[in-house]
Amino acid sequence: MFELNWSALIAIGVLLGVFTLAPGLIWLERRLLALWQDRYGPNRVGPFGIFQVLADMIKIFFKEDWIPPFADKFVFFIAPGIIMLTVLMSFAVIPVAPGVGVMDINVGVLFFLAMSSLGAYSVVLGGWSSNNKYSLLGGLRAASQMISYEVFMGLSLLGVVAMAGSFNLREIVNAQAGMWNIVPQFFGFVVFMVAGLAEMHRIPFDIPEAESELVAGFHSEYSGMKFGMFFVGEYVGIVLISAVITTFFLGGWHGPFLPPMVWFFLKMFVFICFFILLRASLPRPRFDQLMTWGWKLMLPLAILNLAVTGAVLVAVNQGH
Amino acid sequence: MFSIIKTIWIVILHMFRKRETVQYPDEEVKLRPRYRGRIILSRDPDGGERCVACYLCSAACPVDCISLQATEDEHGRRYPEFFRINFSRCIYCGLCEEACPTYAIQLTPDFEMSEADRHNMVYEKEDLLISGEGKYPGYHFYKVAGLKIKGKDKGEAENEDEPIDFKKLLP
Repeated sequence: MFELNWSALIAIGVLLGVFTLAPGLIWLERRLLALWQDRYGPNRVGPFGIFQVLADMIKIFFKEDWIPPFADKFVFFIAPGIIMLTVLMSFAVIPVAPGVGVMDINVGVLFFLAMSSLGAYSVVLGGWSSNNKYSLLGGLRAASQMISYEVFMGLSLLGVVAMAGSFNLREIVNAQAGMWNIVPQFFGFVVFMVAGLAEMHRIPFDIPEAESELVAGFHSEYSGMKFGMFFVGEYVGIVLISAVITTFFLGGWHGPFLPPMVWFFLKMFVFICFFILLRASLPRPRFDQLMTWGWKLMLPLAILNLAVTGAVLVAVNQGH
Repeated sequence: MFSIIKTIWIVILHMFRKRETVQYPDEEVKLRPRYRGRIILSRDPDGGERCVACYLCSAACPVDCISLQATEDEHGRRYPEFFRINFSRCIYCGLCEEACPTYAIQLTPDFEMSEADRHNMVYEKEDLLISGEGKYPGYHFYKVAGLKIKGKDKGEAENEDEPIDFKKLLP
């Protein structure tokens, strides 16, 4: 009974943590983008403009929640829920610190990959049910982008899995106690980061919602809190990808001097800032370029990385 | 690939640059003398109105925001009976200033003129007239123009020769 309560408490803690991180992230992103573009960003509401997000949230809650008459009502309604559900479910397997984590399953990597694949449904269904040509185009692009980047996202993780000898995220983290995976698995790290960005359709890869071509892409018809769900889902996605990269490649909670949880959040924070930096600096590629990179560059790189990792591991193990 | 890393590096370096934003209500905006803002009507060095009500400004105005009515005083000098600028229409293009033959209408570096009521944006002549000479000090239209007014006959303006009597111009 005590065991059950403890895990429920952790689950609620993770949920609250994620939901406070996401709005904080919106503020952080606006401030950092402003810093890199020689502006100030929100600095009026509260100290350093921190309450700007709060004001925006109050505003978005009171906005009219309009469903277009030509939309498929039911699918239109559930699409924003799917992205929130899948992203939050993925957080369940992230080990924050030894003993802190919602669940500890032996196929954590597969669970994460499955959940991020299901996230594609949200975007596709949202774009399709809107019954609008721009939304449909955005949904189509999202489908092809997410499916093709899913392929080598999984492949790039296999090197990590091979080195740890387990699909369990805790064991993967513990296997990095000596050396972080970013050194032996550097190419895997690069490929996974690119794939993660594309998976969360962050700005260099925000082709499904390219505002210069598709109005707002798959969420053109969404308003009010339904749009807010997509928006928050995207930011929670950034937190998720940063947390996952920290777990797989940066040794999770391992680090000297500081307590494990602090190390985890520190590494995560660095990656969040790095993703915002990418947003501030890189332009959006053309859609065919994105596909070309995915299939002709990233996929061979991931396969090569996996093959070399496997060969080296076999050679080392035979020596013993 | 190299260009991507270079781009990211340049963006990082921007962290240490000065921010371009002027925090307007707290900080004052530096406006140049030729900034095109609120329109005024200037006076000549003697304190009279420079405007001769020629209608060129209202004809040049692309949004038709200037309206005036010409009249004449006892000296034979033309002046506007009323002069009205609707600033809620004005686009601050400065064409009226370019069209003005007497340097009367001028744009000034001031834009802080918002009103809660739209009707308050209509400025009458007494709102537009200033007591100074604006950007062109020393200019006095009637003193350089060949126009005859009371107290100044033909040929009495500055740099003006006596009018030629064509009946005595015969060889």
